[in-house]
Parts: sequence; C-alpha cells; structure tokens
Amino acid sequence: MSGKDTSAHVVPLKVYLTIFGLLLFGTALTVAVAFQDLGPLNTVAALAIAGGKALLVVLWFMHVKYSSRLTWVFAAAGVAWLVLMIGLTMADFETRF
Amino acid sequence: MSSDSAHVAGLAHHFEDLGQQHEAARLGMWAFLATEVMFFGGLFTGYAVYRYLYPEAFHLGSHHLNVWLGGTNTCVLIGSSLTMALAIREAQLGRKSMQVPFLVVTMLLGLVFLAIKSVEYHEKWVDHLMPGPGFDVTQFGEEGPHVRIFISFYFVMTGLHALHMIIGIGILAWVARRAARGEFTPEHHNALEISGLYWHFVDVVWIFLFPLLYLIGRHA
Repeated sequence: MSGKDTSAHVVPLKVYLTIFGLLLFGTALTVAVAFQDLGPLNTVAALAIAGGKALLVVLWFMHVKYSSRLTWVFAAAGVAWLVLMIGLTMADFETRF
Repeated sequence: MSSDSAHVAGLAHHFEDLGQQHEAARLGMWAFLATEVMFFGGLFTGYAVYRYLYPEAFHLGSHHLNVWLGGTNTCVLIGSSLTMALAIREAQLGRKSMQVPFLVVTMLLGLVFLAIKSVEYHEKWVDHLMPGPGFDVTQFGEEGPHVRIFISFYFVMTGLHALHMIIGIGILAWVARRAARGEFTPEHHNALEISGLYWHFVDVVWIFLFPLLYLIGRHA
C-alpha cells in the first residue's frame, strides 16, 4: 500500500502559479463569451469553460493527477451519478412535453 | 509489526503504515465529496428543469445579478485555492513557518468572498428581489412568478455555497491552530490535506454557479 502512496509528490510552484493564471484567464473568458450572441452555444460554452476550470482544480490543486487509480474512481463516481441524474431528468422533459 | 508501528508519530493503530493511513483519509474525503456533489446536484438538476421551462424568466432574473461582483468573487475564490494548495505544499516540504500565513490568507479571502456576497444580498433586498413577502413580482410583468423561481434558486444555491464557505473557514481555523503547533510533517498532514480538498471542492461549485446564475443571456 505504501508503495502506491503518492503523498510525497510535491507540485512545483511554477505549476501552481500556471494553474492559477489559467483559472483567472478562464474566468475572464467565460465573461467575455457570455456577452457574445452564440445562440444556444452560449450555454454550451459556459459549461465547457467551467468544466475545464473544474478539471484544472481537481487534477492539480486537489492532486488527483498524482493520486491512486482508486482515488480517480471515487472522484469520477460523483460526476458520473450527477450526469446520470441531470441527463435522465432532462431527457424526460425534452421528450414528454 | 504492531509494536513497530506504535512508535510512528501520527499513525493510528488500525493502519499498517502512514501510506495506508494517508490513502484511507484521502479516499474517505473523496467519498464524502461525492455525496456533496449529489447534495448540490439536486439543486443543479432543479435549476436545469426550471431554466428549460422558463428560459425568458431566467434571462430576466440573471440580468439583475451583478456580473462584476460575481466575477470578482470568482477570482477571490481562485486565489484562496492557490494559497490553500501552497499551505499544503509547505507541509509537504517540511517547512513550518509559512503554513499558518498561507492558511490565514486563505481564510481572509474566504471572508472577502462572504463580504462581497452580503453586499449582493443587500442589493437584492433593496430591489425587492428577496424571496418572500417582500418580493415584488409586478416589476417583471407576466414573468414575475417565474423570475421569483430563478431568484429562489439563486438564493438557495449561493446560500448553501456560502454555508459551506463558513464551515470551511471554521475547519481552516482548526487546521491553522494545529499547524501553529507544528503538527504537520511531510509524512503526516492528512487533516491539512483533506481540509484542502473540501476548500477546493467549494471553489469548484462556485466555478459552475457563477456562469449558470450570473451570465445567462448577457448579450441580449
């Protein structure tokens, strides 16, 4: 077990600062995109940018990139059930009305 | 074996070694965060349904939120995530002097977020947009009752998020106290690390709340 443990992995300062910069850039980007008329793509773009930012936080700030496969499974499980819940609910509304 | 492990600082007796203990702590926290995803997920699902049913009202309601305050708060939370990550990094490197300052900055940024949030809530109160008897439906014409649904989602989702921030600041205060006593070493800083996971999770929730609440139909 200890052989798989990756608590010793220290992320370089430069990497953290890069992630920080990318997150700020993503915030500016999502505001800029929201003021353009892209039709239904506005929502898609907003969710895509938010998803990308969330991935940066989860992989680097939350160290999942350097964690065990089992941690990946735990982290993905929450997202998978959320997608199921929203996906099936919206499929129902889309087809019923 | 057990007599050996009894002498390792910070190792609970039911774990083989610190590595196993660390993995268990991290997995336990991720299991909790998965339940948190479902907790917020119910609200996000409700939001999706009502936005699908009343898109126009969601546009109208969103235009009453302050993009600049919301955007500033997004940057404040991202900054607090950076300082949180840096506090853990200091513990990993075995440096004790900077753990507390980074944690204090993280908490202060959390307080800045809550202060800005309360300014926004006050604006809603002044504009008669607070859900309840003070809500003025007439200002939105026929869409009034549906805008009230949007505003209710806004208050419940950001309110639940703010509650997580308040709890998070409390947890960080406890962790900072332990850091001040020099309890966190490169081998053993589980409490600090999983508190960080919680803080980053709350940041991730806001990353989705900001565009979904503040940025609907802004081009119109």
